[in-house]
Amino acid sequence: MAKVVVVTSGKGGVGKTTTSANMAAGLASMGYRTIAIDFDVGLRNLDLVMGCERRVVYDLINVIRGEATLRQAAIKDKRLENLFILPASQTRDKDALTRAGVESVIDGLKKAGFEYIICDSPAGIEHGAHMAMYFADHAIVVTNAEVSSVRDSDRILGLLDAKTQRAEKGMEPVKTHLLLTRYSPARVAKGEMLGHKDVIDLLGIDFIGAIPESPMVLQSSNAGVPVIFDPNNEASQAYQDVIARFLGEARPQRFLEAPKKGFFKRMFGGNSEAPLAAVG
Amino acid sequence: MMKLKWLDYFRRSHAEPASANLAKNRLSIIVAREGRSQGQHNYLPQLRQELLQVLAKYEKIDLDQVTVNVESQGSCEVLELNVILSNPEAIKRRGENTKHAPFFSEAGAR
Repeated sequence: MAKVVVVTSGKGGVGKTTTSANMAAGLASMGYRTIAIDFDVGLRNLDLVMGCERRVVYDLINVIRGEATLRQAAIKDKRLENLFILPASQTRDKDALTRAGVESVIDGLKKAGFEYIICDSPAGIEHGAHMAMYFADHAIVVTNAEVSSVRDSDRILGLLDAKTQRAEKGMEPVKTHLLLTRYSPARVAKGEMLGHKDVIDLLGIDFIGAIPESPMVLQSSNAGVPVIFDPNNEASQAYQDVIARFLGEARPQRFLEAPKKGFFKRMFGGNSEAPLAAVG
Repeated sequence: MMKLKWLDYFRRSHAEPASANLAKNRLSIIVAREGRSQGQHNYLPQLRQELLQVLAKYEKIDLDQVTVNVESQGSCEVLELNVILSNPEAIKRRGENTKHAPFFSEAGAR
C-alpha cells in the first residue's frame, strides 16, 4: 500500500527540501518506487536540490489542470531507477492547487505503482502547506533546536491533528516524526543549544533522529546531488539511519554526542567550531 | 596553523550561563499556552474576550490581567479563570459594598 509522507515544519529554512530530497533518494535506493512532489508553488526548489532543474517541462499545476499527464510531468532521476520528482509550478497562481486536484494526482501516483509519495511542503501555514499535508499518512516534522522553529513545529502539529483528511474523517491520526536538523552536539554540550531531549519533551512526538550540522549539506545542494548519495559523511549516514527507523528498524542514535576531542586538539585548537552551513 | 587555545580552556569554567535552559523554559510556557493540548478548546481566546467585555461593565480591567487556561489533572480537565484587579480603588469600593446595601453610594449609606 502506497504511503503519503509530508515533510513539513512551519518555519522556513530549516531543511524541508533537503530532507525531502534525501528521504526520496534514500527510499528509492532501497528499491522502493518513490516520487517527491514540490508543493511550493511559485518558489520551486526541489528540482534544483535534486539536480534536475533543466529537465522540467511540465509541473504539478499542469497536471491538475489537465494540461499534461502525470507521465509527462514526472521527471525520472538519472541516477536511481525508482526515483521521480514532480516539480512545482514557478509561475501559476496558488489557487490552482485545489484539494480535488491534489487528490487526483496522489490517486494517479498510487495507481501508477508508487510506494512512497513524499510531499515537500512550503513554509508557513497557508494554502500550499495545507494541501501538502492534507492526504498524508506520515509527517516528518523538520525542526531546528531553536525557539522559533520549535514553536512553529508545535503549530504545525496542531494543524496535522485537525486539518488533514485523517483528522476530518476520524481515521487513525497522521503518524508524526520529529526530525532535528542542523543539530550541533558540541553546542548542546556547552548549553548553547536546546538538546534533543528538550525538544522531544516540548513537542511530545516520536523522535526519528538528528541530522548534524554539516558543510556537506551546502555542498550537495550546490551540486544538485542529495547528500545521501555520498555514504562517507555524517549527514548522509544520519539520513540513512532516519530512513531505516522510518521503515521500522531500531537503529541506535549515532549523532547526538559530540565526538570526544583529544588533549592536543583541546589545547591547540583545530577545527573546533561547527562551520556554517545552509540548507535548501 | 595552530592557535594557542589553552587560555580558552581555563576560561571556559567562567563562561556566562548557558542559554539553552532559558530557551526551554520560555518555550514550555508558550507551547503550553498555544499548543495542541488545547486543540479541542480553541474557543478559549473568544471566551476570554467575551468574559472581558462582561467584566469591563463592572470593573476597570486590563486585558493582560485576564487569563483563561485549561489544565488536565488526571482524567479531568479544569477550566481556570484568573482576573487580577489591580486598581486599589475598585477593590476598596467592592469591599465596602459587601458590608452595606449594594446599591447605595458611600454618601447615601451614611
